[in-house]
Amino acid sequence: MHRKLMAAATVAAAALALAACSSGDGDDVASVDPGEFAAGSTMAELAEAGTITIGTKFDQPLFGLKAPSGNPEGFDVEMGKIIAAELGIAPENITWVETVSANREQYIEDGSVDLVIATYTINDERKERISFAGPYYNAGQSLMVLSDNSDITGPDDLAGKNVCSVEGSTPAANIAENYPDASLKLFEAYTDCLEPLRNGQVDVVTTDNVILAGYVAESDGEFMVVGDQFTEEPYGIGVMKDDTDFRMWINDVLEASFEDGRWLDAWNATAGTVLPEPTAPTVDRY
Amino acid sequence: METFIEEFGLIWGGFLATVSLATVSGILALVWGTVLAAFRVSPIGPLRTFGTVYVEIVRNTPLTLMFFFWVFVVPSLGFVPDLGFQPAVIALSLYTSSFVCEALRSGVNSVGIGQAEAARSIGLGFGQTLTQVVLPQAWRTSIPPLISVLIALVKNTSVAAGFAYAEMVAISKRLTNLHPTDALFIFFGIGMMYLLITIPLGILAARIERRVAFAR
Repeated sequence: MHRKLMAAATVAAAALALAACSSGDGDDVASVDPGEFAAGSTMAELAEAGTITIGTKFDQPLFGLKAPSGNPEGFDVEMGKIIAAELGIAPENITWVETVSANREQYIEDGSVDLVIATYTINDERKERISFAGPYYNAGQSLMVLSDNSDITGPDDLAGKNVCSVEGSTPAANIAENYPDASLKLFEAYTDCLEPLRNGQVDVVTTDNVILAGYVAESDGEFMVVGDQFTEEPYGIGVMKDDTDFRMWINDVLEASFEDGRWLDAWNATAGTVLPEPTAPTVDRY
Repeated sequence: METFIEEFGLIWGGFLATVSLATVSGILALVWGTVLAAFRVSPIGPLRTFGTVYVEIVRNTPLTLMFFFWVFVVPSLGFVPDLGFQPAVIALSLYTSSFVCEALRSGVNSVGIGQAEAARSIGLGFGQTLTQVVLPQAWRTSIPPLISVLIALVKNTSVAAGFAYAEMVAISKRLTNLHPTDALFIFFGIGMMYLLITIPLGILAARIERRVAFAR
């Protein structure tokens, strides 16, 4: 493809690198000269190899869900493609690896993946083992109701309502503390809340909007997410600890994608079908 | 330890929730179990069959399944109870009644057949024979197994924790998540609270047993 031409004509590198910035859907990827990156940096290595291994979730609808084709689909996946494109790596040269909440740090530490984009909340405990680029999205607790419900539009309408969540979870504790007039109905799993919501035994299901969005996506129009999120869970991109160059470079890519609309396009094509349009977060260059 | 004292309001709420659930379902189970036992020893065939089928099905399926039925299945059939206490009482009463029935039936069987025959010979009907002669004697023999059934009921209320009822186990889960470092104290504290209900029940059983003891 383009890359072969590129090897012959390194002179055009600068021009093509600029073109890479505007690759909209990530399907046609402009070539990138590995020499453009600092020698020995992770970016140079990946661009040289022409492949990248990205860890994501395979079971989170709208963010990272394994499709029948075998490749995952969703917002996290699209963000991965944007970053790979900046390295001159086409989507078909990305190796997707399933990472679950319990193995993300380990996979980054032992080099099984080059980076992790997997609804990965940035926090200080995790920063001790790995480093985070981003955030590229702020998730947060939200409310899900039946589609024909019009009297609940936000957490302030919860007084006297039956609110379903999981016993011992942070969202449940948050409701108990900040909205004590709501009547909490607590099960062992969020999926247990869906039948009672359908039957009207509870009025609202509450947890992170990303989880709720997954239920909405699978409910065939039965449920909807209402109101603004009322907590903040910044989602970051995990890389090897102290690979500061790579982290800062990803931050540059993210900021560029916020600017030129690729980020919003990726959102609208995936999670944006269910969740309201977010404002671009400010990356944290710690 | 501090957590346990600071959060005692919450724990006490869970304790009362457990006690009230156990009490209400215990009473209902005793009543319905007695009726079932009467069915199973009655001279009317269909009632006997109903009693046998009921006991064999309910006693031999898990309590969790019973809860599942009343919380998730029944609402889709049109009967929509409030979440929490109501389905928990229904599930626990129906489940425990099968054990009450069997405990009572073993008591009834222990009453000599001569008692029933004597009652019949002086002209008492089935109902009178059962309520006036057989059951009062059957109760006494049934007290130890009945208390075991009730103790099991108290512990079984913990299944309701997974079905939107905030009893002691649910509260302990909540507290353990809020105060992970105190998990051990919370765990043992909750265990002690259960003993606070069940051990007196055992002592009560021994008392009643002594009082109603009779020579055969």
